[in-house]
Amino acid sequence: MIGIVNYGAGNIFSLTSALERQHLPYGMVNTEADLEKYTHIIIPGVGHAGAAMKKLEDTGLVEPIKALKKPVLGICVGMQLLTAHSEEGDATMMNIFPLQTRLFNKDQGIKIPHMGWNNIDHKNNSLFEGVENLTQFYFVHSYFIEYNPTFDIATANYGMPFSAAIHKDNFYGVQFHPEKSGIAGEHLLKNFSNLKQ
Amino acid sequence: MLSKRIIPCLDVKDGRTVKGVNFIDLKDAGDPVELAWQYAQQGADELVFLDITATHERRKTMIEMVKSVARQLNIPFTIGGGITTVQDAEALLNAGADKISINSAAVKNPELIEELARNFGVQFVVVAVDTKLVEGRNMVHLNGGRLITELETEDWIRKAEGLGAGEILLTSMDHDGTKQGFDCGLLNTITQMINIPVIASGGAGKVEHFIEVFEKTGVDAALAASVFHFGEIPIPDLKQKLKYHNIPVRL
Repeated sequence: MIGIVNYGAGNIFSLTSALERQHLPYGMVNTEADLEKYTHIIIPGVGHAGAAMKKLEDTGLVEPIKALKKPVLGICVGMQLLTAHSEEGDATMMNIFPLQTRLFNKDQGIKIPHMGWNNIDHKNNSLFEGVENLTQFYFVHSYFIEYNPTFDIATANYGMPFSAAIHKDNFYGVQFHPEKSGIAGEHLLKNFSNLKQ
Repeated sequence: MLSKRIIPCLDVKDGRTVKGVNFIDLKDAGDPVELAWQYAQQGADELVFLDITATHERRKTMIEMVKSVARQLNIPFTIGGGITTVQDAEALLNAGADKISINSAAVKNPELIEELARNFGVQFVVVAVDTKLVEGRNMVHLNGGRLITELETEDWIRKAEGLGAGEILLTSMDHDGTKQGFDCGLLNTITQMINIPVIASGGAGKVEHFIEVFEKTGVDAALAASVFHFGEIPIPDLKQKLKYHNIPVRL
């Protein structure tokens, strides 16, 4: 069963609805003890990364999450929380991935936020099993995670290549919103729920 | 590459979709959930629901509708109509809306844009602008084009961007309903002037109009209502034709 970290950063109704459509049972993680109840953990997140990190710290769940050995998936800002630092609010993050979350550069002739459906070039990680390469997913964000070949499992391009998905040990992050990315997104959530401990 | 978005717009009254909708397989053309699902199946990239309910029950009915849509729909959607406070917006966010669209409330109280962006992020805030040419100048209008304001469209849009709008939904009242094509001149001016996404609205009558607006202007999305509702332009055909013209779309 999937546990959703409930730390008050954005709405989770769309996420729980997507899980219900896939008949994936879920519950909420409010305390450290709750982490034990679930086999898989999702960290959602919308809004300001610095503010989200502060809220997560207030729950006391940062260290317990870092110590987890079960599959963890961060979505959008939830993914950015897994990095070392975000330019949004100049915030220190969880540092599970030694990566930087940076603001898109409008001098490259791109509009900010990056909003809409963009292709991803994925590297056959189990998370993308059965997802055709270059499938489009729904993105909406102004900050991105720098491309790093060590952790990158899917790359998107917006002015420059950036990481659409990352992986390290039991930790996964996706910048797009699988709960809003049509059939492909639902498929990805299903894949996550099938990851072995 | 980021795709250009195709957005059907649905008018909603008392929790039911209005305007005739002519889908062959539809059991209940007034059911926003079924309609939304059908559009998602056809390949719509996003949906906009405009609430035109005038009764005091509107808010409650709308929240219920948004929840029902969010439960079923696997693509993003925007809610517009009658949102005047941060509380209105928050209730919609919690019910599963991805974005909210504000129009006259923003004109009357521009700080609302700033407040919404600060509370929920710029990506949540669409500023809808109805524009009409008056004596050679594009002026912002309210109440579906009936009420002129003192704001020039370009000035207002620039201000809205500065306050924290994440996207502009620009409807040309001169083109709306004419089926003669989008207002490419104005849309081109606006997209060159600002650095946030722009949705073109008003004037879509045939496939060529969509090709034209994406080829001649920097808009990110095109919105239409009747041509989709009456099946005059099936979305899969539209996207195939856009692709044929090298316009990036999601197929």
